[in-house]
Amino acid sequence: MTASTETKSVRSAEAGHWGSEIRSDLHVAIEPRDRGGLDITLESRVAAYYGDSIVAQTRQVLETLGIKHARVSLHDEGALPFVISARVETAAKRAGLALAKKSLPERLPLPQVSARDRLRRSRLYLPGTEPKYFINAALHGPDAIILDLEDSVHHAEKDAARILVRNALRAVDFGGCERMVRINQLPLGLEDLAEIIPEAPDLVLIPKTESPLQVAEVDRMTAELKARSKVDRPIWLMPILESALGIENASAIASATPNVAALTIGLEDYTADMGVVKTPEGRESLYARSRLINAAKAVGIQAIDSVFGDVGDMDGLRRWGENSRALGFEGMGCIHPTQISVIHEAFTPSQAEIEKALKIVAAFEEAQQRGLAVVSLGSKMIDPPVVQRALKLVARARQMGKA
Amino acid sequence: MELAQNAAGRMVPAMVNGKPQIPYLGVGKYQPRGRKQAPPIRSNKDYPENGDKRVPDLETALRNCGLRDGMVISNHHHLRDGDRVALMALEAGSRIGVKDLMWFPSASFPSQQGAIELMKKGVIHHIEGSMNGPLGDYCTQGNMRGMGVLRSHGGRWQAIQDGEVHIDIAVIAAPTADAFGNADGSHGKSACGSLGFALADSTYADHVIVVTDNLVPFPCVPWQIQGNNVDYVVEVDSIGDPAKIVSGTTQITRSPDRLRIAEFVARFLRDAGIMKNGFSFQAGAGGIALAFVDYLRRLMKEAGVKARFVRGGSTKYLVELLQDGLTDYILDGQTFDLDGVKSIANDPRHVATSPFTSYNYHGKGSFASMVDAVVLGATEVDVNFNGNVVTHSDGRLLHGIGGWQNCLAAGCTILAVPSFRDRIPVIVDQVTTLTGPGELIDVVVTERGIAINPLRRDLLDAVKGSTLPIRPIQDIKAEVERVCGGKPARPKPGDRPVAVVKWVDGTVLDTVWQVG
Repeated sequence: MTASTETKSVRSAEAGHWGSEIRSDLHVAIEPRDRGGLDITLESRVAAYYGDSIVAQTRQVLETLGIKHARVSLHDEGALPFVISARVETAAKRAGLALAKKSLPERLPLPQVSARDRLRRSRLYLPGTEPKYFINAALHGPDAIILDLEDSVHHAEKDAARILVRNALRAVDFGGCERMVRINQLPLGLEDLAEIIPEAPDLVLIPKTESPLQVAEVDRMTAELKARSKVDRPIWLMPILESALGIENASAIASATPNVAALTIGLEDYTADMGVVKTPEGRESLYARSRLINAAKAVGIQAIDSVFGDVGDMDGLRRWGENSRALGFEGMGCIHPTQISVIHEAFTPSQAEIEKALKIVAAFEEAQQRGLAVVSLGSKMIDPPVVQRALKLVARARQMGKA
Repeated sequence: MELAQNAAGRMVPAMVNGKPQIPYLGVGKYQPRGRKQAPPIRSNKDYPENGDKRVPDLETALRNCGLRDGMVISNHHHLRDGDRVALMALEAGSRIGVKDLMWFPSASFPSQQGAIELMKKGVIHHIEGSMNGPLGDYCTQGNMRGMGVLRSHGGRWQAIQDGEVHIDIAVIAAPTADAFGNADGSHGKSACGSLGFALADSTYADHVIVVTDNLVPFPCVPWQIQGNNVDYVVEVDSIGDPAKIVSGTTQITRSPDRLRIAEFVARFLRDAGIMKNGFSFQAGAGGIALAFVDYLRRLMKEAGVKARFVRGGSTKYLVELLQDGLTDYILDGQTFDLDGVKSIANDPRHVATSPFTSYNYHGKGSFASMVDAVVLGATEVDVNFNGNVVTHSDGRLLHGIGGWQNCLAAGCTILAVPSFRDRIPVIVDQVTTLTGPGELIDVVVTERGIAINPLRRDLLDAVKGSTLPIRPIQDIKAEVERVCGGKPARPKPGDRPVAVVKWVDGTVLDTVWQVG
């Protein structure tokens, strides 16, 4: 490092990963210089096919960031362009360069706007520093993907994950999935919001929520950022309650802002907070989950369950999901794509339930047409709440393509 | 070097290692003539009456066989990466002081990279057989004096039988043998299952040496290699590393993308009506293939369907089918794991086959074309469904052909491949090295969708109404190129041939060019 770079608090820096176990990532080492232009070297397992394109892209990213002189060495493990940009930008920022600039990959058309009550049976967690999991995530058909900036990201990698997730929101095709981001706890989470809100994620998960004030703060910041970056589509909030206090405040949290679309629970942290053991049956969290469901339903939003941690135990997962639906949850998280189809089955009403509901709805519609206040099916009178439940079930089943 | 354009439009050498070649003429176009080769006639009077053909060591055996410069030495690869015998034989040749041997293994493995030293010393002139890893690089970089010749398992039998390759001395590693030379692979501390790849060598070579680390008193029962073909028997401490001969347990892939591919393949067989009572299929031991068998088993159970036979490489997953009554037989070409070895040793319904019965194209038929569906891998497949299994997209040797080419004869040939690897699209405009003609490849299954060869109208019709994502191959290709950030550059191949790829009938299908 030269004396002149030290005085400008500019330093050598690195970002990304490489090695024989790494896939779809790139390691960048950058050494800022005063003169000599950009000197880029590349080692890549795909050099013969994409070597020129990787170097050209790196040069373009550095130019966009206004960096004219630097020695840059790249170790590529088959990274896609949105990853290359993110790693180069992260390294540059860690080097103290281009702190106020961004190099944004070309943006794909935004998917359909997400409805507040859309189907949310499954949400697939994608660790925010593991680009290899992003690329094909949507193929496995979860209702949502979560780009995670929180627990799956090491503290030293928060900056890198934020930029990578930002780029992924622009450049990765997540198909019909709702694009969710789990930010960090405040105040770190506010930095996450600044980076991702301009890219219009469909929903933000707020971890370790204990008070409506936290939600209000995220909501206010989100609104501000949306206005500033001209995002004019909804970005829903899903607070995660992960402590006894959070559960106690479930009701206030659920109604903290009209942008809250669902409440969910984090059982690892909750059981730790309670000092109890998390079991596959979940008896220890029955109260908390019921309380959360009740609070959500009281204000007409969704209640979504935690994750099931044993990827190998499909029967356990199915039991958990079925029980979860019986309690009133509308979906749960998944930590591996193989869990998705099991969860979808568990949260799908049975054919018998659907058929019964269709009959009730038909009877209801007939009664409406004939101007009758009382709905009857065969010899039985059907109470209004039963009709309401049937209408909801049929609407959901239609969303799932089952009715 | 003189090159000719073959029927696939590929430029191929007219001469390979001093022998004139026939360029590929098209599927089923080449008509062989003449009679099969035969080893010299021998007489019982020259062999011990008590049947004891033992000699103290391999060097003595090789000397007794008359080893001299320029001879062809063959080995089988049933001991896979655990094999010690091939190098033992070649090094014995080196000690004897011979030069310019042609090594003719049924496949080579990374642990045999010692052959490079022997090529540098001039002991080995060149290798005809699969080369990968360091041996593959040595060949593709143009360091080998002769040209590599890549053949399928069936093509190797054809070449021996038709006299394209004359084996002077076959050195056969045998997990169990008697002093007469009867040998078998299903028992012993180095058990590997079938020894089918060594059958042609034992039948057609001028001289045959059996090397074993488990000598049993006559008779060695069962025997797959007949002692009547064997000249000498050598006892050694160890023919190989058991841990690398078979895997303890074969692992199903955990990659969600690959599991998705496997599930698609299984559902395709069901939806296309191929999975029905009495059907047959073949799948290898790769991660996708294993997962496919696991999915298919569930679908077979669900539908109450039973196969008549399945073809190995056998693994625990095929053995489970047999044990669950979901297939009547396993016809096994090679045995990959301990469950497979145990099964072939103990279950009469688990039968060892050979490249002759399964794959040889110059015979009166072979099992390959009687199999209803086969699931294979590939490094590249092009928009005309041509496949490449032998080289990376940059032209470096990667895999042997194995039974791949032979299996293309199945009723429905399915390539199960990820749509890209390390950012490199697998579906391309034109394969780097043509290994299998597209007219024989029916279905390409990727995690992004399934492409059916337009030549197979019947299959396209059969899956109408299926919920599987059936898409034109061009569509999948375009999507993958978008994901990968554009078409990859095409590395320019060199202009010097370093190896040729033979078709199943012995004609030359394509050339591997020098790289780097």
